[in-house]
Amino acid sequence: MSGLEIIFIGLAVLTGGSGLLAVTSPRVVHCALWLVVCLGSLAGVYLVLGAEIVALVQLLVYVGAVVVLVIFALMLTRAPIEASRRLDAGPGQRGAAALAGIGLAVVLAGTLIYAFADSTVDLQADRGSAEKVGVAVFGGWLLPFELLSVLLLAALIAALAISRPRVER
Amino acid sequence: MIHLIGPAVLASALAGIGVYGLLARRNAVLVLIGAELLLNAANLLLVTAAALPAGGLAAMPGPGAAPPTEIADPLLSGQVMAIFVITIAAAEIGVALAIILLLFRARQTADLTEVGELGEASPIGVARAAAEQPSGGPS
Repeated sequence: MSGLEIIFIGLAVLTGGSGLLAVTSPRVVHCALWLVVCLGSLAGVYLVLGAEIVALVQLLVYVGAVVVLVIFALMLTRAPIEASRRLDAGPGQRGAAALAGIGLAVVLAGTLIYAFADSTVDLQADRGSAEKVGVAVFGGWLLPFELLSVLLLAALIAALAISRPRVER
Repeated sequence: MIHLIGPAVLASALAGIGVYGLLARRNAVLVLIGAELLLNAANLLLVTAAALPAGGLAAMPGPGAAPPTEIADPLLSGQVMAIFVITIAAAEIGVALAIILLLFRARQTADLTEVGELGEASPIGVARAAAEQPSGGPS
């Protein structure tokens, strides 16, 4: 077992555990903060896999922006700060949800373990460097990249149009 | 040298956790957290696939053989698509939170089980409109 794998296992346990806490914690603010831990350690996993730019974008966009948006939404919808049992559905639905989640995880893991078998790769350190990803994005991926900017603009305008107070006619 | 089974199993665990969060939560914002975890599971799988040599799993040598000398895919599909997914997730969460705020303004709750129907033509919407204008209802 190499050093990279030991680091990966630590980060994977952190990611999985904090993800589990983010969907089960009875306090909404704790959920958002466990989400920060989960997404941050996932950025570490990306670093281990040699995708440094993806890790940086993950930190900037997810940990920096998305989680702040989620916390803002929790504040604006006056979510209860103290522990609340009204955040979760009833025990029946929770059991069904756990069954669905575990079933999906088992099916996916089975398929992926079968597919990946014992594939080991030598990671190249510069595989995900800014230069290579930049050349790829502004080379072969230029058209999807431009379409994404249109999508972001559309989402921005849609969010504005939805959340603007209704004008009385 | 790293086994790729680890990231693959972590991705499937994250997907399962995300589905649990989507189905078991009642608060709309917490349902969104489940959706974010699902998107991150997809992302992790994309980054894992990006660590494979060009040609993907089909290009891997059989068991026991030496790992391939890597010929990098010049398009870096996995990593670039992971960045695209992060961007789309940011756009998605912006629109979703706007909708949740609108829901909260209309119903004073972000609890999804209390919202059986959407829109002004729904029974709750009609009742609210009637309550606001007790004298002149819709003719």
